Formats: sequence, structure tokens, C-alpha cells
Amino acid sequence: MKKNNINSSNSVLEWIDYRLPIISLLKHSAVDYPTPKNLNYWWNFGSLAGFFLLVQIITGIMLSMHYTAHVDHAFSSIEHIMRNVNHGWLIRYVHMNGASFFFIVVYIHIFRGLYYGSYKAPRELLWWLGIIILLLMMATAFMGYVLPWGQMSFWGATVITNLFSAIPIIGEGVVQWLWGGYSVDNPTLSRFYTLHFLLPFLIVGVVVLHIVALHTHGSNNPLGIDRKGPQDSIPFHPYYTVKDFFGLGVALTIFFSVVFFAPDYLGHPDNYVPADPLKTPAHIVPEWYFLPFYAILRAIPDKLGGVIAMFSAIFVLFLLPWLDTSKVRSATFRPVYKLLFWVFLVDAVILGWIGSKPAEGTYILVGRIATSYYFIHFLIILPLLGFFEKTKPLPSSISKPVLAE
Amino acid sequence: MKIILFTIIFTTFFIQALFSASEGLKPMKYNFSFDGILGSIDKNSAQRGLQVFTEVCAACHGLNHLAYRSLEDIGYNKGEINNIAKQFLIDDIPDENGEIKKRNAIYSDKFVNPYPNEEAAKVSNNGAYPPDLTLMVKARKDGANYLRSLLLGYEDAPEGVDVGEGYYNKYMPGKIIAMPQPLYGDDVEYQDGTVATLEQEVIDVVTFLTWTAMPELEKRKSSGIKVIIFLLIMTFFFFLSYKKIWKDVK
Repeated sequence: MKKNNINSSNSVLEWIDYRLPIISLLKHSAVDYPTPKNLNYWWNFGSLAGFFLLVQIITGIMLSMHYTAHVDHAFSSIEHIMRNVNHGWLIRYVHMNGASFFFIVVYIHIFRGLYYGSYKAPRELLWWLGIIILLLMMATAFMGYVLPWGQMSFWGATVITNLFSAIPIIGEGVVQWLWGGYSVDNPTLSRFYTLHFLLPFLIVGVVVLHIVALHTHGSNNPLGIDRKGPQDSIPFHPYYTVKDFFGLGVALTIFFSVVFFAPDYLGHPDNYVPADPLKTPAHIVPEWYFLPFYAILRAIPDKLGGVIAMFSAIFVLFLLPWLDTSKVRSATFRPVYKLLFWVFLVDAVILGWIGSKPAEGTYILVGRIATSYYFIHFLIILPLLGFFEKTKPLPSSISKPVLAE
Repeated sequence: MKIILFTIIFTTFFIQALFSASEGLKPMKYNFSFDGILGSIDKNSAQRGLQVFTEVCAACHGLNHLAYRSLEDIGYNKGEINNIAKQFLIDDIPDENGEIKKRNAIYSDKFVNPYPNEEAAKVSNNGAYPPDLTLMVKARKDGANYLRSLLLGYEDAPEGVDVGEGYYNKYMPGKIIAMPQPLYGDDVEYQDGTVATLEQEVIDVVTFLTWTAMPELEKRKSSGIKVIIFLLIMTFFFFLSYKKIWKDVK
């Protein structure tokens, strides 16, 4: 007797599934889910991002059991975790570096989408949900960095919250509302802690929507063409589960090399100095994953303008599905776009480098040029390129990548 | 308040040039026992470092986050640790009359601070606060090399440099440091007979402070090796499975 499509002799599971179809749901979306058979390694980064989200939530919950969100105790409670909690140093180093690796895999995931045109119809909302996840991640990471209450925590929080004071008329009121007082202080710390705990679960919610949207039209693929029939697909399990596990193994090896042998490499030494509201550090720099946006913020010589440019740098991504006018998805068949993709990537890296440098001399000039190019790429080049670029002929199907002449 | 904050932010955003120009010299490199993926804390050196710390540094600097019991990690037993701890007086819990009396510190106490509070520390040190040293190695870029260079780097100020009430040290950001040269050599008489040259004292105290900043260092590195070996093997097997399962996909 076989009900539904459960390939199982377990009658308990069948009993459950008949009433609550969670097993067939999982089977549908994680086992049988038809996936293009030509996905390359760049498609590993979606599941890796999910993995690191899980790592952050699990280690974060463990840390929250020992952390104290109070300006007088936060710094020492972190040291308590590092010294007295069993394996506390490991949990905290995994959480600290896990944030960085979450951003690394998500940035690669985003650039994969940019290269292969994964944001184009019918995947616009899938792309939007991804950007919302990125925004939530940024908010979560920023507030998480404040929690140890070191010098960079405090001054980073001061600089970033002060950005809102650039809003005309209500700016100052908004900033005081964010602080819960007249400066970054205990109310700020405790609300950041609450939100830092809450937002990851919102991210999980948006991730579920992201996956629902993904599974509606299926994954894009390196050729960027739609699947023509079942011969173009393979079931997710075991093909992509095993490939994802292999990718995970490689990622974990790199990740734990950092965690065990250079755990503070990605952090800033100043954050091992307790916060002192009377002493400004020589350089206030955000975590590395914010540096490109920090460079854009500082490229504009006006506070409000800088804030607008920084937020626009992300919001322009929402418009991308319509700014890119080309009908061809994959850069493989777009020779000019392919080149410009790499130029854009280099531009983003330059912005990151400028973000880590003091705003002086040549750095200012380079930062301004790189910022201009960032927006020119999206707002001018991509809309025009669709009309002028001579694309290569597309293959007729995934199974026949050679041209059907 | 608003104006102050904006000035601070404006300064850090646009005039960072001034600060970066006054950064200290890059520290000298030294090959410490704890460097490298297999490095470990040289316990004898760390014990001598504790002696230097206690007899010299502890006059002004604290080790807030460190408990005496942790000294077991660098090779002391409980009795020896109690002997070290009892040299220091600490506030007891209030007695039945509500009075707070002093008692000798014990094994489970944290290192006793030289000053009751930050203000007391400042007033005894020309207004400069001697920072807590527990995390100093992690709180400076290339911390161990920086500390060693700084402690060896005291010089007479070059012509035309006004150090005010401070001292000239080219490894210090800004090149002027409030702390007078703390070590000259022969500041302590090592219990194990090692000759207390300046270089030796500095290496010992830096080794000790590296341990106070990263007490997990040895355990971290040794478990790291095992974890990485495990992951490499696991990844290799995933790779084989991947190749096998995908063999027929064309």
C-alpha cells in the first residue's frame, strides 16, 4: 500500500503525512525537486548561505545564555565567555567569523546572480527577497558588532546612528529615538541586543519565501536558458545534495582554518579595548563587509547626500531587473556585459579598499570615481547595453549546448 | 552635545589624515614561542613574565579579566597560586556589622587592581590612565611584536621634539608615551636563575601577556589541527561520492 508518493514502508510516516503533508512537502522540495543538470560550483553558495545562517543562529543562542547586555558588564561578559564558559572561545570565534563568512558566501551568491542574469523574468521577486535578506543581514551584523561594547562597537554605533541625523527636520528626533536617550548608551545597547536576537528569525522567514519563489520557476543555470523538458533536469537528491556536501566540506575547511588559526584576523584590535565615550579611535572603520558602502558614504562631500548615495547603492539593486534591458540572461552569451561584469567587480573591490583607507588625498578622488562608476554601471551602461550589445546565439537546450544549426 | 558629536564624526570622516600621519613605526618582528600554527606558550618564560609583571608592571597596570586560578595553565599548582594571590588585599563581602574589610586574595579571585578606580589611577599618573593589560596583545595590531618593540623602543627625543610630560618612543602612535621606561634589565631577580637582561624580561612579559590575552591559544591550535585533518578527509570522501553519483550524468 503506498499513499501519496512516499517511498517508504514506514506506516507511521504515512499516517502523519496523510494528515499533515510535511514529509511529501520535503520530498517535493528537497528530494525530487527537478534541478537543471548543468549547474556549476557557483550554485553551491545558496545552500552555503543557508548553512551559515543556521550556524549563526545556533552559536548566537548559545552565546546569549552567557552574555550580559549592559554597558558595565557587556565587555567583561564576553571575556567571561572566552575564559570561563566551556568551549566559549570556540563558540564565540565561530559566531564572529561566521558573520564574515556568511557575508562572503552571500556576496559570491549575489555576484553569481549578476553574472548569470538570475534576476531577470520570471525571477524578479526572488531577487527582491534576496536583497531584503541582505538588508536584514546588514542590520543584524551591525547591531551584533555593537554588543561586545568595545571601542569600535561604540564608535561604529555612534557614527552609523548619527547618519539618520542627516534627515531634514526630524533627523535629530529620529536619532534620539533610535538611541533611547541623548547618546549611544545603555538603552541603545539593550535594544540592539533584542533586535540582534530578533532579526535572524525574520531572515529565516524571508529565506523560506526566497526558496518558495525559487522553486516556483526553478533554478536559473549557467546557460541562462529555460529548460525544454525533463531531459534537462535531474532530481535535487542525490545529485545536488552530494555536490552541496562537497562544497560545504571545502567551505568548512577554509572557515575553521580561520577560526582556529587566525580568529581575530577579520576583526579590529580596537574592539578589545572597552568602549570609552570620551576617547575617539584614530580610525573608525566598520567591519570589512560594509567597506564598499562606507566608501560610497564618504565619497559625497555632503552628509545627507552621502547617506542617500549609500542607501541608493543597495536600492538600485531592486531596479536591476528592469535596468538591465537585455533579453539574454547569462553573461556567457553577452561578450560586452561579461567584460563589464568584471569591471564592476573590480570597482566594488576598489570601493572596499577605499572604505578601509582614511578619506584623504588621492583616496578621496579614487573613491569618487569608483562611486560614480558603481551608479553609472547600473543606471546608464546596463539600460543602454541591452539595445546595442550583439549577443552570441543561444543554444537550443541545456542537453544540447552545441548550436542547433 | 549635538555639535560635539558632529565635530567628532566630521573629524574622523574627513581629517583622518592628521591621525594616520602620526602613526607609530611598524613593530620589529620577533620569533615568539607561540607563533605559527604549532606554536605554544613557553611556560617557563610565561612564569618569568608573571614575575616581571608582579614586581614591575603591577605597580600601575591591572589584569582585570584574569583569575589567579587560571595560572594553572602556565604550570603552577593550587598551593603556589594561593601563595601568589595572598600577597594582595581585596575587599571582602560586608560582615555582620555591614563593614567591608580587606582580606587576602585567594585562588578563585581575579587579579587585584593596583588602584581602587580609574580616577585614582589617573591622579597617580599625571592624568594618564594605565590601561588594563589582560587583552593588550589582542588590542593592538600585531600585539606581541608591538609590545616588545615598545618596551625596547625608549630613546632620547630627537632635536626639536617636545615630549611635554611624556617620553619619546617611536613605536607609540604619536611617538609620545605617558609611561616612563618601565624595564632596563636587572629589574627582577629571576627565581629560575635566568639572567634578567632587558631583552629577556621583555620577551618573558610579552609571552605572559600573550597568554593572558589568549589563554585558549594552545588548545585552539591543537584542536584546530585535528579539526582540519578531519575536514580534509571528510571533504575528500564527499568529493569521491560526488564523482561517483554524477558519473552517468551527461
